[in-house]
Amino acid sequence: MDSPVERVQPRVPVDAAPAQARPAGSSREGAPGPAAVRPSAGPLAVALWAGAVLVPVGFLAVFFAWPVASLVARGFVTEAGFSLDGVRSVLAAPRTWRILGQTLGLAAAGTAASVLLGLPGAYLLYRCRFPGRAVLRAMVSVPFVLPAVVVGVAFRSLFSVTGPLGGLGLDESFAAIMVALVFFNYSVMVRTVGALWSRLDPRTAEAARVLGASPVRVFCTVTLPAIGPAILSGASLVFLFCATAFGIVMVMGGVGFSTIETEIWYQTTQLLDLPAAAALSILQLVVVAASLLVASRARRRSEHALRLRGDAGAEQPWRLRRDLLPTLVTGLVGVGLLGVPMVHLVVRSFATAEGWGWRNYALLATTGDGSLSVPVWTAALNSLVIATQACLVAVVLGVLVSLVASRRPRSPGLARGVRLLDAVFMLPLGVSAVTVGFGFLITLNRPPFDLRSSPILIPIAQAIVALPLVVRTLLPVLRAIDPRQREAAAMLGAGPGRVLASIDGALALRGLGLAVGFAFATSLGEFGATSFLSRPDHPTLPVVIFRLIGRPGADNFGMAMAASVILAVLTAAVMAAAEAVRPREAEL
Amino acid sequence: MRGLSVTGAVVKYGDLVAVDGVDAAVEPGEIVALLGASGSGKSSLLRGIAGLEPLAAGRVAWNDEDVTTVPVHKRGFGMMFQDGQLFNHLSVAGNIAYGLYRQPRAARRARVEKLLEVVGLPGYGARPVSELSGGQAQRVALARSLAPGPRLLLLDEPLSALDRNLREHLVGVLGDALRTTGTTALYVTHDQDEAFALADRVGVMDAGRMLQLDNPDTLWRRPVSRRVADFLGYEPFIDAELARRLGGPDAGPGQLVGIGPAGLLADAAGTALPVVEQRYRRGEVLIDVRLPDGQLATVTAAEKHDGEELSVRLDRAGCAVLPG
Amino acid sequence: MRTISTITAFAATAALALAGCAGPAPAASQTAEASAPTESKTLTVVTHDSFALSDELKQQFEKETGYTVTYVAPGDGGALVNQLILTKDSPLGDVVYGIDNTFAGRAISQQVVTPYTPANLPESVAALKADDSGRLTAVDFGDVCVNADSKWFAAKKLAVPVTLDDLAKPEYADLLVVENPASSSPGLAWLAATVGAKGEDGYLDYWTSLKNNGVKVVKGWTEAYSTEFSGSSGKGSKPLVVSYSTSPAFEVPKGSSTSNTEALLQTCFRQVEYAGVIAGAQNEVGARKFIDFMLSRDVQADIPGQMYMYPADTSVELPADWQKFAPLSDAPFTVSAEAISANRDAWIRDWTATVIG
Repeated sequence: MDSPVERVQPRVPVDAAPAQARPAGSSREGAPGPAAVRPSAGPLAVALWAGAVLVPVGFLAVFFAWPVASLVARGFVTEAGFSLDGVRSVLAAPRTWRILGQTLGLAAAGTAASVLLGLPGAYLLYRCRFPGRAVLRAMVSVPFVLPAVVVGVAFRSLFSVTGPLGGLGLDESFAAIMVALVFFNYSVMVRTVGALWSRLDPRTAEAARVLGASPVRVFCTVTLPAIGPAILSGASLVFLFCATAFGIVMVMGGVGFSTIETEIWYQTTQLLDLPAAAALSILQLVVVAASLLVASRARRRSEHALRLRGDAGAEQPWRLRRDLLPTLVTGLVGVGLLGVPMVHLVVRSFATAEGWGWRNYALLATTGDGSLSVPVWTAALNSLVIATQACLVAVVLGVLVSLVASRRPRSPGLARGVRLLDAVFMLPLGVSAVTVGFGFLITLNRPPFDLRSSPILIPIAQAIVALPLVVRTLLPVLRAIDPRQREAAAMLGAGPGRVLASIDGALALRGLGLAVGFAFATSLGEFGATSFLSRPDHPTLPVVIFRLIGRPGADNFGMAMAASVILAVLTAAVMAAAEAVRPREAEL
Repeated sequence: MRGLSVTGAVVKYGDLVAVDGVDAAVEPGEIVALLGASGSGKSSLLRGIAGLEPLAAGRVAWNDEDVTTVPVHKRGFGMMFQDGQLFNHLSVAGNIAYGLYRQPRAARRARVEKLLEVVGLPGYGARPVSELSGGQAQRVALARSLAPGPRLLLLDEPLSALDRNLREHLVGVLGDALRTTGTTALYVTHDQDEAFALADRVGVMDAGRMLQLDNPDTLWRRPVSRRVADFLGYEPFIDAELARRLGGPDAGPGQLVGIGPAGLLADAAGTALPVVEQRYRRGEVLIDVRLPDGQLATVTAAEKHDGEELSVRLDRAGCAVLPG
Repeated sequence: MRTISTITAFAATAALALAGCAGPAPAASQTAEASAPTESKTLTVVTHDSFALSDELKQQFEKETGYTVTYVAPGDGGALVNQLILTKDSPLGDVVYGIDNTFAGRAISQQVVTPYTPANLPESVAALKADDSGRLTAVDFGDVCVNADSKWFAAKKLAVPVTLDDLAKPEYADLLVVENPASSSPGLAWLAATVGAKGEDGYLDYWTSLKNNGVKVVKGWTEAYSTEFSGSSGKGSKPLVVSYSTSPAFEVPKGSSTSNTEALLQTCFRQVEYAGVIAGAQNEVGARKFIDFMLSRDVQADIPGQMYMYPADTSVELPADWQKFAPLSDAPFTVSAEAISANRDAWIRDWTATVIG
């Protein structure tokens, strides 16, 4: 076990067949013959696994698939009955294709920039050892969970003609939106690639060096192919986040600029043109499904034989000469791209009509002269309570989904089902909050789901948003468990329940910290779905920020900035705590 | 019968037949080694017996009780894996105690300490497994698999990841541990030194079939086929006529004689053959000579031979007569 | 591609299966108007997320009526009305407050609210009615006007513009920022102001002149006011912005008696917020009581401080500094709710073609 090299597990005993005879990953999926005599699983076990599938699937069906499908279905039903005319006319409109083009262009540019800037970051923060690294890692992940409205306003005031960066002439430009998207998604790239990179056996690269390859050549011919699947996996996630960005595009985009997501918002909330919204939703689903497919392909490849080190031995102490370039790039990104907007936010939170001071923070204890129905601190408390509930729901369901999705059933049908489960639970990332919110209104309105005006709908909606992140955090941890660890436990007399608890459970526990962190932070910052379920007398922090920022007056704006700083600090604290218990395998 | 009996076992991975109708038996207290090259199906057979792979056909029984459909954890069998598969999140003692969870705490602790002594690692209980060396880890893995006192211990190439010296040392530790605990064991390896050093009986597998299962002496002296002899290290194989000319054992027409590692001796009274090459190994000299039929054969001598020819003869005890 | 096709199949199947379940529910009582009004112990108020009243008043209402009151805010402006239309079969609540006159016509024509006229309706309230159907009752109002950064104009020694036509003059080139009427409620209100002022035949010409004069369009009020407008704490570059007539009250420096900004009172559109009983309400009696409550003198007096709107009942006294910093236009432009409802989409489309291109 102390052998520094661990091979990602082949799934059949080595001597079962020549390696080339079976494509890796499909080896066990072939069913044994019909006469196979297999050790029987008890009916209890079958019932428990069925429950582990049905509970989350039922939850997703009721609180996601049903509302979304119902709303989309209304786009196909006119007074005359089922009709494709509305959808067809939207798909025939040049405007639709212009919007699709803008969406894809923006997402592609945001993704490309995130990849280019994220790689040096992943190297520096996950491959090099230096003091303060843990703090930097936590700082980097804060933007990911900040509310888009706040970030949008921060960037916009940076780039506006009179802003500190007004001279760049980027106000309302495509480039400015792209920069903001990179701000959000940089950490996704850094984490996804970093997690793999930190475990990549350095000896392969050393072998290439000994063969006379230059560092650049080694990077291109050895390192890049090895981390390629992680890059692809991260890039497709970033693409997904960029392609469905809403708040940032609304705030920063010029009037001529729309994406599918903003257009769905417009067609649904402003025009109630459901056929158009349905057509756009389906278009969006296609884009999302395609990027999920790329992600899942890449993930499956990255789970194959790579030379990974199980210990921290793959990390190396930071050295100026070797690490100068990645350090410079990451420094620039960290200071310029991530730091400046965040510092700008903090600075503005101290700006008051009478000069610098704590006034905006003092005002958080008030309702801002009547701008709010409750003091900001009360809203923060609401947010914490709701985030706790949402986190609980998301983590419980996420654990169940991850447990099921990490199984490798022998039957090909079940194996496909397991892969599908993984994919289906990613869909909430790619469906517009408007569609979900409006879907809630027309579905959850009669028993047993008469929840439309119930306060529990808010944590439920947030849990749906956080669930994919929980799964993406836990699943790689569970998938990285060598199946023979479970076999070893079974051989020692442990029944399926004890194997699950003592092997999967014990290891998942390490991933749980990060999953809880993500779920909590996501739900703290969630605005889109919440805004449709909001209860004016029990607002959450992002809702309050949104309201404050929608009011005139220096105090209101200052309070919005101060409340955003509080939100960012809460988020950073949660993420830093989660980072402290982060397992290597987690993807995000 | 008492102990393990396997009848007509078949293990498939999709269309690939890894184990193709194997019969085998292990008596209580007996250590049986399974020898075979990579891909011969020996590990798959082991997994089939453990219940880790379903049998496509056949039956596994213990003391005549059919366990084919009994779940892995209820068979009372233990397994030691090639790479140990220690639980990284538990300490050494935690690993060893894993299978003892039904016992009271005091008994558990005593058992762990006893087993640490058996494998020669007393006082290691509190260590994290990540701090163990390869040999130590495998000793802990052995202790862990012995701890619950399995009625049958299955060992899947437990030493193959270790270097040679450590392996030779641990074969001794392993043998002692198995015998002092009176454990019934089925031991899979591709190293015949290990197999012969440990086992009461040795089986040779190839292409999913059991070619021969016998006590070491019989297996060595009377391999049932050229394939088995080949695997055991007999080479080259010569016809009966040449064997007789070289003073070897009597073989019938059509039969072959396999020359074992010590089957060819330098003897001034023997047949002179041309020397092709000489090289050292562990203080001895290996001299390759060309047989009249063109094949090379090796003679072990104390020192290098001067001269272009060497007189040799076959040692009957070092040769095996095989069907052609 | 198997995973994708399976997902698609899954989605399609789910959509079809669920669409069946989600079809029209048993029709809500369409005869409610004729039969006795419904009542229950709970009351659900559907409003926008800016809804705020003093806690004492809300508690007082619950105490007096004995209802458990739930406030939900599923959306703002157009989204609110569209949600009511979408959920006609199964109403979101009993009473709605916060539909403004740019969307009132739509709520009325879609019959998502039922007629109710409170007794002893003050004349000033009745005067704000959306139409004669009695389905919506005015609760409060405010003016959407161009706001000017007075200090900026003083510093430039430039006269503050007064009329809509002034805004198109060369001396005010590149100074105005407005909100897109397609995505912003004040943006739509101000578009209506230009329609009211220039007529359906003339408003696009006016906008062409604004465009030629360098008007800037942004998506929402926050971007316009907090980042583009020079008179807000955002210190943007545009000294003219479309906002509310009450906004200058928030730009009064501490200890000062004058605001840094002012509303141009000859550029205003009067925005009226209405309440109505939702069709198919479970508690029509409660809904009516709530509308009466919103028009009570206590609530009307509470509205300026809580929601920055003028009480519909003009006999209620305004806060002292409102007359000073938040004066009302005496000649706001108006367009009937009906006309807005009928033409809004066309106006927005034509406006988009003219201004954004």
